[in-house]
Amino acid sequence: MVKYLLKRLGLAIIILIGVSLLIYMLTMAMPADYIDNRTAAAVQSGQMTPEDVLKLKELYGLADKSLPGILKGYVSWFGNALQGDLGFSFLYGRPVTQVIKEYIWISFFISLIAYVIEIIVAIPMGIRAAVNQYSGYDYTVSVFSMMATALPSFFLAALLMNFFSINLGWFPLQGLTTATKIFHPSDTWAILLDKGWHLVLPIVTLTLLSIGGLMRYTRTNMLEVMNSDYIRTARAKGLPEKAVINRHAFRNTFIPLVTTLSGMLPGLFSGAMITETVFSIPGIGSMALRATLAGDIPFVMGYNMFLAILTVVGYLISDLMYAVVDPRVQITK
Amino acid sequence: MTDNIKEHNLSAENMNEVTEPIVQGEMARLEAEELAAQTNENYRSISPARMVAKRFFRSRLSLVGLCIIIFVFLFSFLGPVIVNATWGYQETQVFHIPRESQLLTTAKFEGADGRDYEYYDRSISTVTAKAPPSSEHWLGTDTNGLDIFVRLMYGGRISLTISFLTIFLQMIMGIIFGGVAGYYGGWVDQIIMRIVDIFASLPGLPILMILSAVLVSIEAIPPEHRIYYLMGTLTLISWTGTARLVRGQLLSLREQEFMLAAETTGIRPSRKIFKHLIPNTVPQLIVSASLGLGQIILYESTLSYFGIGVPFPRAAWGSMIALADPSKGQEILAYYPNMWLPAGILIVMTVLAFSFVGDGLRDAFDPRQKK
Repeated sequence: MVKYLLKRLGLAIIILIGVSLLIYMLTMAMPADYIDNRTAAAVQSGQMTPEDVLKLKELYGLADKSLPGILKGYVSWFGNALQGDLGFSFLYGRPVTQVIKEYIWISFFISLIAYVIEIIVAIPMGIRAAVNQYSGYDYTVSVFSMMATALPSFFLAALLMNFFSINLGWFPLQGLTTATKIFHPSDTWAILLDKGWHLVLPIVTLTLLSIGGLMRYTRTNMLEVMNSDYIRTARAKGLPEKAVINRHAFRNTFIPLVTTLSGMLPGLFSGAMITETVFSIPGIGSMALRATLAGDIPFVMGYNMFLAILTVVGYLISDLMYAVVDPRVQITK
Repeated sequence: MTDNIKEHNLSAENMNEVTEPIVQGEMARLEAEELAAQTNENYRSISPARMVAKRFFRSRLSLVGLCIIIFVFLFSFLGPVIVNATWGYQETQVFHIPRESQLLTTAKFEGADGRDYEYYDRSISTVTAKAPPSSEHWLGTDTNGLDIFVRLMYGGRISLTISFLTIFLQMIMGIIFGGVAGYYGGWVDQIIMRIVDIFASLPGLPILMILSAVLVSIEAIPPEHRIYYLMGTLTLISWTGTARLVRGQLLSLREQEFMLAAETTGIRPSRKIFKHLIPNTVPQLIVSASLGLGQIILYESTLSYFGIGVPFPRAAWGSMIALADPSKGQEILAYYPNMWLPAGILIVMTVLAFSFVGDGLRDAFDPRQKK
């Protein structure tokens, strides 16, 4: 077991190094004259000095665009990253880690709620669809879930905003706080309520987008289990259908579900680029999109590395969960 | 060693056949012919391809999907031709349709003489863009005075072209890498699959954004060529799935008997991979391609939405929806659904159709499927 985990960990490290090198080379292809443009404001306002700019350029090897130069820059970047220093964001004028730390929570909050709703809704629906295969319910659920995965997030957001914010006026259109209202700073409840109000539509968007996939996944796995021999045995020995489904079938469907869902956990921190941007929510996703469009190399680099780490940690967690949840799995290698 | 033994067995079988009495063989042949004639009367033999087609067309959803795809294809490839031939304009044709726009403002105030006055201001201006739907312009014109309906056709052209070419490129890449990894196994497999892992761990959308931002900044690339580079970037982040699929299939296929037969003929490995192994993975490849097409369309429209896809004068479904972005003003989102709604519906329809067809094909190809 320990050996298996060490092997997976080793692979994860190799993947991370490869990914970081790839991302670094890609981001280095971004226009370099950008740095001067972006830092010009910070230099003028005194937040940064011209020496800082020069130092930054050297730090990231931005001055040298040849292959050895890029590699040298990568090595120094990697060394700093290992010590938890992702550099200084040009666009936000602050250390990248600080920006990520500050804006990550709102993204995490939105994703977490969407994740919970998704699980509560999608799994029972998927199971019901699988139990009544080829029924009207199954067809409806399947078409609905396919439709949800076919929707571009910005289009779904536009539809929701048009209907709920403009026509019905139930929810605010964009942003995180009502600009026209002044809250007393001690009135925490009112502030939180106002923020929650603004987050309803983004959460709905994220939930709708991801619900279809999980539903189909549950349905497929449940169908596979329902066709297996032990289910036939359970039925043959005269168990009530309810017990067959809830105790025998679902518990076996549970294994792949737990593995996948736990693998998704780190991803909750990654932020939803498009949804956050469309709803103007200051989460890590919209910050990263702004930085990418503006060519803020250190931030883009730091954020993408952060995402890659989340992905790899997700793989590791699902590998681990696979071994933990399923008693049949014995890892001897 | 095992190869030799098998070969020996094969030749032994041949010997048996030859030593069989000729008369008996003749009789068996006649009997078989008679039987074949009888079966031909009672049954019609169906080729595997026809069986797949039959199973595919029996599913209602895949039929719907196929119809939508045909419709979108005709709409976006034949449509512009018809428009150009009949009315003689293209996606970039600007229409100035003058309409009167009235703005009435009133204000009440108290005059110097102490009496209440009401003040009316009526200003009439001429607007040439944002025409409502009419018989000439079925969906009206957009903020630049461009015909929305015609732009939808050209947008479809872009989306379909990009997605099909991307899938084609990604299949080639996936087949080569997956084929080599699956055939050779061992350290070759290890190295290739680790590269695949690395590419699969790249954050897709951010990387696409970075690459597109780079493309926008490079002045040497003319805007018209940008879509080709876009396809390249899309391929780069999506080929890993195909490679994994092909490799997984080959690992089991190469252990089968027909590969032993191929081995004995002594042909080159490249021929063994691409002539004998890859054709056996075609069903899975077709399914994954048709499911992947929709995904590429979604990626492409997202890039266009953020203005880093196909550059402006050319139409793209994503950039048409971007008109409704409330950050640029709520007006279009609230009052001009004709500008953004149809493009969104077309995207959803097309992506949905590809997944219907992909699902239908998967069920049709599945040998476990009952007749």
